[in-house]
Amino acid sequence: MLRASLRQVSAALKEGRVAPTELCQRCLALIKSTKFLNAYITVAEETAMKQAEESEERYKKGQPLGILDGIPIAVKDNFNTAGIETTCASNMLKGYISPYNATVVQKLLDQGAVLLGKTNLDEFAMGSGSTDGVFGPVRNPWSYSKQYKEKSGPKSHPEDEESNWVITGGSSGGSAAAVASFTCFAALGSDTGGSTRNPAAHCGVVGLKPTYGLISRHGLIPLVNSMDVPGILTRCVDDAAVLLGSLAGHDPKDSTTIQDDFMPFELHNLADVSKLSIGIPKEYHAPGLSSEMLALWSKAADLFKNAGAKVVEVSLPHTPYSIVCYHVLCTAEVASNMARFDGLEYGHRSDMKDSTESLYAATRREGFNDVVRGRILSGNYFLLKQNYEKYFVKAQKVRRLIANDFVKVFRSGVDILLTPTTLRDAAPYTEFIQEDNRTRSAQDDILTQAANMAGLPAISVPTALSERGLPVGLQFIGRSFQEKQLLTVAKWFEKQVQFPLIQLEEVKRHDSDVFQYQKSASFS
Amino acid sequence: MASAAPAFLSAFPGLFQPERGFSFQRSTVRYGRLAPWVPVVGLEIHAQISSNSKLFSGSQVQFAAPPNSLVSFFDASLPGTLPVLNRRCVEAAVMTGLALNCSINKKSLFDRKHYFYADLPAGYQITQQRVPIAVNGSLSYSLCIDSKMSQMVTKTVRIKQIQLEQDSGKSLHDDTRSQTLVDLNRAGVGLMEVVMEPDMCCGEEAAAAVRELQLILQTLGSSQAVMAEGQLRVDANVSVHHPGEPYGVRTEVKNINSIRFLAKAIDYEIQRQIEELENGGTILNETRAFDSKLGCTVPMRDKEGKQDYRFMPEPNLPPLILYDAKSLPANMNHQQVINIDWIHERLPDLPSVKRKKLVEQYGILPEHSFTLLNEEGLAEFFESVVKQTQMKPKKVIGWILKDLLSYLKQHSLTVKESPVSSFVLADLLNLLEKKEISSTAAKQVLAELWKGEGKTPLEIVKEQKLELLQDQKELEQICQAVIDGHKNEVMAIKAGNPKVLNKLIGLVQKKTQGRSNPVLVKQLLEKKLSG
Repeated sequence: MLRASLRQVSAALKEGRVAPTELCQRCLALIKSTKFLNAYITVAEETAMKQAEESEERYKKGQPLGILDGIPIAVKDNFNTAGIETTCASNMLKGYISPYNATVVQKLLDQGAVLLGKTNLDEFAMGSGSTDGVFGPVRNPWSYSKQYKEKSGPKSHPEDEESNWVITGGSSGGSAAAVASFTCFAALGSDTGGSTRNPAAHCGVVGLKPTYGLISRHGLIPLVNSMDVPGILTRCVDDAAVLLGSLAGHDPKDSTTIQDDFMPFELHNLADVSKLSIGIPKEYHAPGLSSEMLALWSKAADLFKNAGAKVVEVSLPHTPYSIVCYHVLCTAEVASNMARFDGLEYGHRSDMKDSTESLYAATRREGFNDVVRGRILSGNYFLLKQNYEKYFVKAQKVRRLIANDFVKVFRSGVDILLTPTTLRDAAPYTEFIQEDNRTRSAQDDILTQAANMAGLPAISVPTALSERGLPVGLQFIGRSFQEKQLLTVAKWFEKQVQFPLIQLEEVKRHDSDVFQYQKSASFS
Repeated sequence: MASAAPAFLSAFPGLFQPERGFSFQRSTVRYGRLAPWVPVVGLEIHAQISSNSKLFSGSQVQFAAPPNSLVSFFDASLPGTLPVLNRRCVEAAVMTGLALNCSINKKSLFDRKHYFYADLPAGYQITQQRVPIAVNGSLSYSLCIDSKMSQMVTKTVRIKQIQLEQDSGKSLHDDTRSQTLVDLNRAGVGLMEVVMEPDMCCGEEAAAAVRELQLILQTLGSSQAVMAEGQLRVDANVSVHHPGEPYGVRTEVKNINSIRFLAKAIDYEIQRQIEELENGGTILNETRAFDSKLGCTVPMRDKEGKQDYRFMPEPNLPPLILYDAKSLPANMNHQQVINIDWIHERLPDLPSVKRKKLVEQYGILPEHSFTLLNEEGLAEFFESVVKQTQMKPKKVIGWILKDLLSYLKQHSLTVKESPVSSFVLADLLNLLEKKEISSTAAKQVLAELWKGEGKTPLEIVKEQKLELLQDQKELEQICQAVIDGHKNEVMAIKAGNPKVLNKLIGLVQKKTQGRSNPVLVKQLLEKKLSG
């Protein structure tokens, strides 16, 4: 049951094969037994159970609120949740309880979803490993899978397991791990430079970054306002479409959202791909792309070609400059956005009382980690009067060129771009922390951040297991606001590749009794 | 008139005493034996927009509400909150821009200006640094060039730009407990920053310009513009230089909370700079505060050297797009768009136009039209009285300005609070006009009316027996009695000294307790004496 997709479990709820409270309890139990993953910062056991009970009442009355009613979900801990701590994995906001819900959270709750808890991340979403938060790194559930253990050799001593575990990617690693380990049926992440797609790829789940402006950012604690979008992590493409439908649309509280109403859609099965034109951007053959990844990418292109689609090599010539410009724009906005954390209105406040200035300085030194402080420092440097033209304005100009690259390619008749999501499979934690955050982010965001620079929708679809038995994903990038086309193609691809299910002891243990108890229900 | 009511006219530009014995009517100031100095004054004015809610949030705008009672999540900069632009504030800025002859930018942008301060919770202010909503305007204002207020000149100051921006909160420093208390009620209230080019040369000009701006804002309703409540805040940039030379180093004078102090602060600062330079000193590019008690400017606590505000585009607000009749998209929801032409057509008469109309329609003096507009509701009061009487407007204006206004000023009342309504005053003036009472009696009645006991003028006239003697015979008898009782005076008149007649008229008046018509009395006396 826990391994079912959102749509499947929703059907089960509707048919009364499982009750919301039972489902919630099972998820909570699994969260407990997979605590070592460190996927959750806060588990909202009480409120979740209360929400599940309310949902159960609605089902009993035959008046469920829709497809999400009673569905356990998790939310990245940089979305505000009224009454539940919102920390951004930072000392600055440890213990901070927001008085309001982010619009996306409110929408989920209004549709009856059960909020299990808040998921782990890099501090203020600044990172690509989910290793740099104050609550410790998130462990990739695949580290504990049968598949990985078999491939990484027979010497499965506990101490090896301790040193061999791999990262989830990030910064929405907690959400990706939560969905991958079946502790929830969908999770919200955020995506500024790849923070949803990257961990989705590493954890073998679907990660959707919608078009900028399609989903409200109100209540998402910002990293880079001009690039942030709430991200969707699910087990399959269909579920991503369900969540998108329930979240998208104008929000009067976010002036950058689309004015028009969004029509939710269901994905049909694409029977014929012969009218499709798939672009393969050659610049995504980036330095550091593993041969394994490259081979997989080619194989995917062949898959489309063999099915009759037109597959063309395209060029996005400004791609190589994207990551540096991203760095300038990102840090500049970070410097600005972080200015509010001064310890006066909320969050951490230092005991330093010498002067207001020293209070600010100490508060921010104690509240932020090195990564955040480093980005604030460089961002302020780029915004200095004498540097503004040289860095910020120039980076904005290049950003425009990057966006134009995409426009040109799509105008040339290409429908969807196909690229790898990451350069390689997930690195072991011990290896990952050898490099500093900045270097890692620059490498790990290389294939994903251009879509943010251009505001385009992109989705990572789990594709295969690497030689080490770890998931790898491919990315599809679509035209602005053409999520339906993007997801339809992604769904077709998902069906072709038949990505294997993760085999986890903990899940089996929790899920097996469901099968005994409910033999008639047969889910994958 | 001026001497009758100095208190209320203190805000009127013509009344300032030139500081330190030199006149500002010329654009240069002679000092010592050296070349004359040219003072240059520019103003930056922050006008709080009169709106129900704040510029980017739904919280209410209200003066003197309990601390932190009007603070939304956005105003307190809670993480994750976003700005949503208040349409009313944009309309107010467009109205103001149009009234100040600006070109309105169809596309303007918002920027973040960064600095750390306790009453700026986000660590930045959202403003319009790069492309403001209105640019290149002008403001005409008039001032008297002599102390009698009889000669007025009109001058113009260029408006560089008007930008929309957020107000900050207020910090209250408790020195004894070494604490700072922060009130965020004002944080996020919409401001229009009006930047004037340095086209002025003295405090008096600056004061006249600000007074005119204040009247315009109040007429438009775009700001209540009450300086004492901080709805209008004026910073002055002041410098001096020799003619033909580049502008001198300027200082910025802040902390000016009335128009009178504005003139004082600027004139003091000009004088200070001249003295400093004459004595071989230099002027620092600094911010100075005006100390109204000492009447001087003092350097403000230095904010750790020069600030770099690290301006950046505000990413959460799309460009502000305005339309005109031509560019208005056909099927656009009217709630979603702002049409500049629509606003233009609905602008009320501006003070300059109103004054012109008053002068033309009622034949009053231009300076009287200034006084009428200077006091809220006074012009309307005047017009209302005129409508209800047969008295000529030229005569009515005297009653309005001398009697009504000076009474109100003495008792610190607004026109609205006047115990005598326009209807009652008109009633009284009609009695006078119909010669039922003398003007002396009218003043007596008015004095009674101020008590606000609800009596009509006619009732008071009757009670106090103030009506003119209509009985000619009775009056003739009184005249005869006066003539009979004052042989010496009669002889003097007959000897060719007609001035003595006035004494007899006065005596008749006294006997009738002011109830006789002096013109009639004069006629009667003359007739009798010549007989």
